[in-house]
Amino acid sequence: MIEETRGNACPGFPFMQLSVSGLSVQRSGRAVISGLSFALSAGESLTVAGPNGAGKSTLLRALAGLLPPAGGEIRITPEAEYTLGELSHYIGHADGLKTHLTVIENLTFLAAILDAGHGGISAGAALARVGLSHAARLPVSYLSAGQKRRAALARLLIAKRPVWLLDEPSTALDSASKAMLGRIMAAHLAEGGIIIAATHAELDLAGQTLRLGEAA
Amino acid sequence: MKSHAGQAPRRSPLVALFLRDMSIARRIGGGTSLGIVFFLILVTLSAFAIGPDLLLLGKIAPAILWISSLLAALLGLDRLFQADHEDGSLDILLTSRTPLELIVLVKCLAHWLMTGLPLAAAAPFFGVMLNLPAGQIRNLVLSLLAGSPALTLIGAIGAALTVTLRRGGLLLAVLILPLCVPALIFGVAAAEAGESSPVPFATPFTILCALTLMAAAGAPFAAAAALRQTSS
Repeated sequence: MIEETRGNACPGFPFMQLSVSGLSVQRSGRAVISGLSFALSAGESLTVAGPNGAGKSTLLRALAGLLPPAGGEIRITPEAEYTLGELSHYIGHADGLKTHLTVIENLTFLAAILDAGHGGISAGAALARVGLSHAARLPVSYLSAGQKRRAALARLLIAKRPVWLLDEPSTALDSASKAMLGRIMAAHLAEGGIIIAATHAELDLAGQTLRLGEAA
Repeated sequence: MKSHAGQAPRRSPLVALFLRDMSIARRIGGGTSLGIVFFLILVTLSAFAIGPDLLLLGKIAPAILWISSLLAALLGLDRLFQADHEDGSLDILLTSRTPLELIVLVKCLAHWLMTGLPLAAAAPFFGVMLNLPAGQIRNLVLSLLAGSPALTLIGAIGAALTVTLRRGGLLLAVLILPLCVPALIFGVAAAEAGESSPVPFATPFTILCALTLMAAAGAPFAAAAALRQTSS
């Protein structure tokens, strides 16, 4: 309720810092990431680049708590009530939408399950932001790949979470939608959020860049 | 950003999950009716295989009905978490702030309402087909109502273990069916209890209820642990 009373002028998220030190992640016994370290503060972004199979998705899944790290430490300061996964929006390759439900039904469900109500905007308003208002009452199975991606991105707006872990967020998006994505990412950073995005495409993120798999 | 004030009250995460699973099951359709038709086919096949001995049929009807409903309850159970895994919803559920154990429990409840409950409701008609004595029909329905949630809950463990396997349905059955033996024994015993049986209905029935309660207490933890492991 406190966040609701805040206007645009003051930052939406309390200051937080994310530091990763010596992170190693294995998949099926093979080390995909080893000895990775970086640190991000509120309002900063990290673009993870690298060839296919370099471990970009593995890194994001490990940060979201979906893969147990084999070694190293992921630390949030100040100490938070929630884990990093619970503080994060993780958008992976799959859009996380139910094809049999309409777009608005999906988003209403996501708002509830993601425990929105901490300053997130309504499902309808989020659809307007991603330019899908006209498709709100269509089943997701009728949407194109780009429209599904936009509906998936709308969940970034309906529930406020400080960390965004985006795996190839601009896949299938047209240039106007890419610009929209750039705007909502910039707004998130301006509010004091953190974005970690794995991508081949150029995103308009000014922050640090991490290159995986270059040494090999 | 728009004001938050004009919005409809938000549902609790678990209520929203329950309503979502129910409406998906309704939209996809077929889950309930397919289970009942499969149940009917199994019962009919048993009747044909055993032959026109009405006394024998009536005697073994509770066993046939319980085994058939057990097999029918397995239909669709492999999709309990797999559908969520495939479309990425499971990642969202795992990063939600709701305990995964409660999420499993709610998904089982929705699944049971769409499959187990209709099977129990259809059982009296199939009991008549098998010459089940009229006095035992009530016992049969009560035993299925009390016992089938245990089957769904135990099945959820198997569904969680096989979530990443493309053809996990058969493995699920192999994993789960042995674990269903206690429920089967006491379920059939409860259904058979009647004037002719020396065992009063309450004895196996209360044990069956206890099995369901134990499954409700333990299976969500096992299934949630399996989901955390296998989803990675």
